Amino acid sequence: MSDSIPSDAPILKLSDVRKRFGSGVEALAGVDLSIGRGEFLSIIGPSGCGKSTLLRIIAGLTPPSAGTCELAVDHAPGRIGFVFQDPTLMPWSTVTGNVLLPFRIGRRNGPEARERTLAAVRAVGLGGFEGAYPHQLSGGMRMRVSIARALVTNPDLLLLDEPFAALDEITRMALNDDLLRLWAERRPTILFVTHSVFESVYLSTRIAVMSARPGRVTADFAVDVPQPRTRATRMSTAYTATCDEVSAILAKAIAA
Amino acid sequence: MNRLWLRITAPVTIGIMMLALWEAAVRVSGVPVYILPPPSAIAQSLWVDGPSLLGSLLVTLRITLAALAAAAIVGGVISLVFSLSRIVEISFFPYAVILQVTPIVAIAPLIIIWVHTPFLALLVCAWIVAFFPIVSNTTVGLNSADRNLLALFRLYGASRAQVLWFLRIPTALPYFLAALRISGGLALIGAVVAEFVAGTGGAETGLAYRILEAGYRLAIPRLFAALFLLSVTGIAIYLVLDFISHRLLRHWHESAAHQEEE
Repeated sequence: MSDSIPSDAPILKLSDVRKRFGSGVEALAGVDLSIGRGEFLSIIGPSGCGKSTLLRIIAGLTPPSAGTCELAVDHAPGRIGFVFQDPTLMPWSTVTGNVLLPFRIGRRNGPEARERTLAAVRAVGLGGFEGAYPHQLSGGMRMRVSIARALVTNPDLLLLDEPFAALDEITRMALNDDLLRLWAERRPTILFVTHSVFESVYLSTRIAVMSARPGRVTADFAVDVPQPRTRATRMSTAYTATCDEVSAILAKAIAA
Repeated sequence: MNRLWLRITAPVTIGIMMLALWEAAVRVSGVPVYILPPPSAIAQSLWVDGPSLLGSLLVTLRITLAALAAAAIVGGVISLVFSLSRIVEISFFPYAVILQVTPIVAIAPLIIIWVHTPFLALLVCAWIVAFFPIVSNTTVGLNSADRNLLALFRLYGASRAQVLWFLRIPTALPYFLAALRISGGLALIGAVVAEFVAGTGGAETGLAYRILEAGYRLAIPRLFAALFLLSVTGIAIYLVLDFISHRLLRHWHESAAHQEEE
């Protein structure tokens, strides 16, 4: 088993969450999932299995058709951070302006907010680019801005929806390491949706596998790869063996 | 070769060649001046009648700019109302379309009868022509906000006013500015057409009336001179609006950012 994870009371508890869209498409068929505080949980599954829908339900952006989603998080805005697959930046705002957005919406535009914004920008390695506009940045840098914006309010729960899917392999690995570092520093609970087995094993303390649509959690296990994860981890037998296992489980989930 | 330099010299060279060809063709063929004056005669007329034509141009320009400003303000406000309420948009948009598709020549006489101040009557005509592209484009722009950004605003508990101010309006700005460039030309056309119908701008006469008058008197070089001033004005309005648009968008919008990199 992996290192002990502080998970006394779950920060999030999903019970039989179902979602059927107006079009009649059944996206989720009863998802049960509980996440402990400080966990890094990856949700992996074939495309179209309702992973994104699940994240939107957790964030409160979409209501579930049935079931409950209990969040042990303040309902104050900013307790949940969300990173989309696209950087989703405002092109007319600078890096600082984009990261400051949660504070501007919360009408907390003071010097403290500015300071935290600049700290978040530096934390994702974009020091020196504070005044740049999104179109002047590379895809990886834009994603860093998006992560900084999600982290700037110091959220208890960070939801990431395939954030690195559109990036090249090198950028992706660098961002994986950055995300691990940020997680180690701030210890938010992370819910990470991906369709990459390697990414999920490298990053998470736990993996939930979802079946093809309509999605449900078919496997849920701790990742037995020692922390901290580094570049060397990718060469370790524990890592490759776990990747093998997860691939097998995922293949079964797709076939099921 | 410098791109900007080429962009100026190439069209200017073509223009000079066309003018030379025109001058030569008129001289060789002996077409009378009252049918087709040579460029030299037009230039002479521009020099002689210039001051009085410029006075008329100012009248037309005042109507045009006032109509454009009114179209931008009223069009912008109508779009905002449309974007805030889908039901209002559905209810009123068809009437905006009706106003747009009705030829201004056909309704100008009515407006001139109803509105007693000539300046105001012409302004209303030009406004009707100019306001639709702004309403149509800006409404699309206000409704084009990125869906994920909208979700993000909701996640952070943004009010409707904040969504409008921080997200919808900036998204709509390029649409609005593109419409403004179209409406600039349309306002000028509207002002001229309305004055054609009105026959006179009251005590002051605009360029359209001068064109009519020159036609009646077979003062064709002066007619061409007035036409020349009109097109120069149209180009100038376009360039000014293009410049404003570029200044406002150069930091972030594709249309302007790329030019900046050239």
